[in-house]
Amino acid sequence: MAESDNIVVETAEKIFADLADPQTINNDKKDAWKTPLWQALSEAGLPLSWVPEDLGGSGASLADGFALLNAAGRFAIAVPLAETMLAGWLLAQAKIASPDGEMTVVPASPKDRITLNADGSLSGRARGVPFAKAAKHFAVLVHGKDGVSIALVDAAKVRIEAGLNVGYDHSDAVTLDNVDPVTIKPAPNAFDQITLMLIGGVARSLQIAGALESMLDISVRYSNERVAFEKKISKFQAVQHNLARLAGESAAALAAATSAADAVANAKAFDDEVYLEAASAKIRCAEAAEKGGSIAHQVHGAIGFTMEHILHRYSLRALAWRDDFGSESHWAVELGRLVASRGADELWPLVASR
Amino acid sequence: MTAALRFDPIRLPPECEQLRKEVRAFLAEEIAAGTFDPHKPNREDTDAPEFSRRVGAKGWLGMTWPKKYGGQERSFLERYVVTEEMRVANAPTRRFFVADRQSGPVLLKYAPEHIKMEILPRICRGELCFAIGMSEPNSGSDLFAAKTRATKTDGGYLINGTKIWTSSAHIADYMIAIFRTSPPTKENRRHGLTQFLVKMKQPGIKVNPIGQITGQYEFNEVVFTDYFIPDDHVLGEVDGAWKQATSELAYERSGPERFLETYYVLTELVRAVGSDPDTRSAEGIGRLVAQLHTMRRMSVSVAGMLQAGKEPVVEASIVKDIGTVWEQQLPHRVRDLAAFVEETATNRETLERQLDFAIKTAPKLTIQGGTTEVLRGIIARGLGLR
Ligand SMILES: Cc1cc2nc3c(=O)[nH]c(=O)nc-3n(C[C@H](O)[C@H](O)[C@H](O)COP(=O)(O)OP(=O)(O)OC[C@H]3O[C@@H](n4cnc5c(N)ncnc54)[C@H](O)[C@@H]3O)c2cc1C
Repeated sequence: MAESDNIVVETAEKIFADLADPQTINNDKKDAWKTPLWQALSEAGLPLSWVPEDLGGSGASLADGFALLNAAGRFAIAVPLAETMLAGWLLAQAKIASPDGEMTVVPASPKDRITLNADGSLSGRARGVPFAKAAKHFAVLVHGKDGVSIALVDAAKVRIEAGLNVGYDHSDAVTLDNVDPVTIKPAPNAFDQITLMLIGGVARSLQIAGALESMLDISVRYSNERVAFEKKISKFQAVQHNLARLAGESAAALAAATSAADAVANAKAFDDEVYLEAASAKIRCAEAAEKGGSIAHQVHGAIGFTMEHILHRYSLRALAWRDDFGSESHWAVELGRLVASRGADELWPLVASR
Repeated sequence: MTAALRFDPIRLPPECEQLRKEVRAFLAEEIAAGTFDPHKPNREDTDAPEFSRRVGAKGWLGMTWPKKYGGQERSFLERYVVTEEMRVANAPTRRFFVADRQSGPVLLKYAPEHIKMEILPRICRGELCFAIGMSEPNSGSDLFAAKTRATKTDGGYLINGTKIWTSSAHIADYMIAIFRTSPPTKENRRHGLTQFLVKMKQPGIKVNPIGQITGQYEFNEVVFTDYFIPDDHVLGEVDGAWKQATSELAYERSGPERFLETYYVLTELVRAVGSDPDTRSAEGIGRLVAQLHTMRRMSVSVAGMLQAGKEPVVEASIVKDIGTVWEQQLPHRVRDLAAFVEETATNRETLERQLDFAIKTAPKLTIQGGTTEVLRGIIARGLGLR
C-alpha cells in the first residue's frame, strides 16, 4: 500500500494491516474482527485524533487526521473511525470533552434538523446517520432560538431505526423525542450545519479517494494475473485504456480530496474559497467513485461481482460514501448557486484563488 | 501499490498573486485599447505581432530561462499564472506561445551557444514565432514512421519531403522539426531521426494553408524541396531525436491550456443564467465548476513537480487526458443547459455565437499534442501494463 511519512498514518496503517486485512475481514462472517480492531485504534488514540488533549483526545492536527482518513479509505475500514473523529471534533468546537467509545454525528445530511425545545430538551429526526447503531454517544448539532448549539447525547435515550447503506454498513434513522442532552453548549461564532457538512464531506472525499487507490491497485494486479485468449488481459489495449481511465479517476479524486483537506486544515474562515474546495471535492470524488468503480468491476469480470472477492468492500463503500453529508447533486446545486450569485466575471478569480 | 500517483496540493506562492494582478491589469488595458475582444475566441491571431512585443517587454516570455538569454529566471509556477490568465482572457497568444512553451526550452537544451545567444533573446522580446514540425502525412501518432529526409551534404543537410498539420507555419520565423537522417535499425525503430532548427521564409520551403472545420486557417502543409540546413542548426544528437522529442512533449501536455480552450462558454453561461438560477442550471454549473477546479488543482500540482525538477510523464498524461476530454465535453454540456436560458438574457447572442465556435473546436482537442489513445498507452505503461 502507499507509503507514508506521517506518524499518525504510519501507526494507523500498521493497525489496519494487522487487524483489518480486507481479505480476512471478508472471509469472517461473524464480525469477530471488529472488537480487536476498535480496541487497537482506541489504544493508539486514533478515534479522538481531532480532540485536544485537555478534552480527552490525542490532539492531532486536522491535516494529520485527514491523512489518516485517506489511509482508512485505502483499507475500506468499516468501523466508525471517521464518524468518531468527526463527533469528537464537533464536540471540541464547543469545548465539550469526548467520552470513550464509538460516536457519530447527527445530523449527517444538510436537509435534516435537530431543534432545541424551550425546556432544554432536543427533538428532531435525522436519516442516514452512519454507524448510529454502533455509537454509544452522539455529537449533535442543534438549532435553537438563539442560534446553533452543540450537544453530547447518550445513545440509549434515542430511538434508532436500523438500516444499511449500499456498502452494507449501518446507516440509521435517528429520532430525538424530547431528549435531555448530557451536555449542551453554544457553537462558536459563524459555525453552522453547513460547516459540519463540509468537513464531513471532505472526510468522505478522502475515504473515497483512498478506496479508489486500492481499486486501481487490485485491478492492475488482477489484469496482470488473469489470462484470456492465451494472453494476460493487461496486454489488451481496451483493458489498458480502461485502467488508464481508472488511474485518471483515482488521481482526480485524490487531487480534489487532498487539496480540500489542505484548504480546510489551513482555513482561517469558511469563506467562498474553502467552500469551493470542499464542495468540489465531494462532487468530483463522488463522480470518480461511479466511473472508477464501474471500471474496476469491468476489469474483474464475474469474480469481482462475488461476495467472496474483496472488490465490493471498496467499490460499494465508495458508492455509499457519496450519500453522506450531502450528495454530489446537493453540493452541485449549492456550488452552482454560489457561483451564479457572485456573477460571471467572478468565476475565474474564484477558481484561480486556489 | 502499483503506481504511487500523488498530486500534492501545491499552492501558488505570494509572488504569483502579485504577478496575476499585473497580468490582469495589462490585459484589461489591451482590451480597452481594442487589441482583442475577450468574448470573441474565433479570430485568427496572425495580426497581433505588436501584442507579442508588449508581452515580451513585460518580461513574460521565456520567464524561466537564464537571464543571459533574455529570460527572467522566474519559476514555473509564475509562468503558469501568466499562461492561464492569457488563456482565460482569450488573448492572442498564437504568435509567441509555441516558442515560449516548447521551442525555447528545446533550444536551451540542445542548440549551440551562438544560436542560443542569437535567438533566445528575440523570443523573449516577442519578435519570433515558432512552429513544430513533427507530423507527416503518414506519421502522426506514430512519430517514428517519419520519412522526410535530411541528406548530408557539404556544410549541412538537404531536406526533401512534407510536414503536415503544422500550426502557424504560415506566420512562423522558425520551425523545430524532426527529419530522417538514417533508416531505423532492427533493434530500435526509433533510431535515425534528428532534430533541426529550420529557418522559414527561405527558398526550398513552401507553406500551403489547410482550412479547419472551424472556418479558420491555423495549420498547414509544409513542403521541402532541396532545402538547405547548415550543420550548426542540428539540435542535439544526430539520429537520437526520439529521446528529445518525448521529453519535449511532457511540457506540451501539462499546462492550463490543456483544459481551458473552450472555458469561455462556461463564463458566458453563468452570465446568461443570472444571479438566481433554476435548480437544473445551478446543478449543471456546480458540477462543471467542481470538475474544472479539480483539473486545475491537478495541473498546478504538475507545475509544482516540474518546478521541483521532476519528470512527471504519467501525471502530465493524466492531466491532458482528463483535461482535453473535459474541454471537449464542456461546450456540449453548456449547450444542454443553455436550452433553459431565458430569451431575454442580454448575452444570449454572444453565448450562441461562442457555442457555435466551441462545438466546432471540440473535436480537435483530444487529437492535438498526442491523441487520447496514445496518452492512455503512456499511462498504461506507467501502471506497469506494457
Ligand atoms: C489543430 C491541430 C494542430 C496540430 N498542430 C501540429 C503541429 O503544429 N505540429 C505537428 O507536428 N503536428 C500537429 N498536429 C498533429 C497532431 O500531433 C496529430 O494529429 C496527432 O499526433 C495524431 O496523428 P494523426 O492525425 O496522424 O492521426 P493517426 O495517428 O492516424 O490516428 C488516427 C486514430 O488512430 C488512433 N491510433 C493511432 N495509433 C494508435 C495506437 N498505437 N493505439 C491506439 N490508437 C491509435 C489515434 O489515437 C486516432 O484516434 C496538430 C493537430 C491538430 C488537430
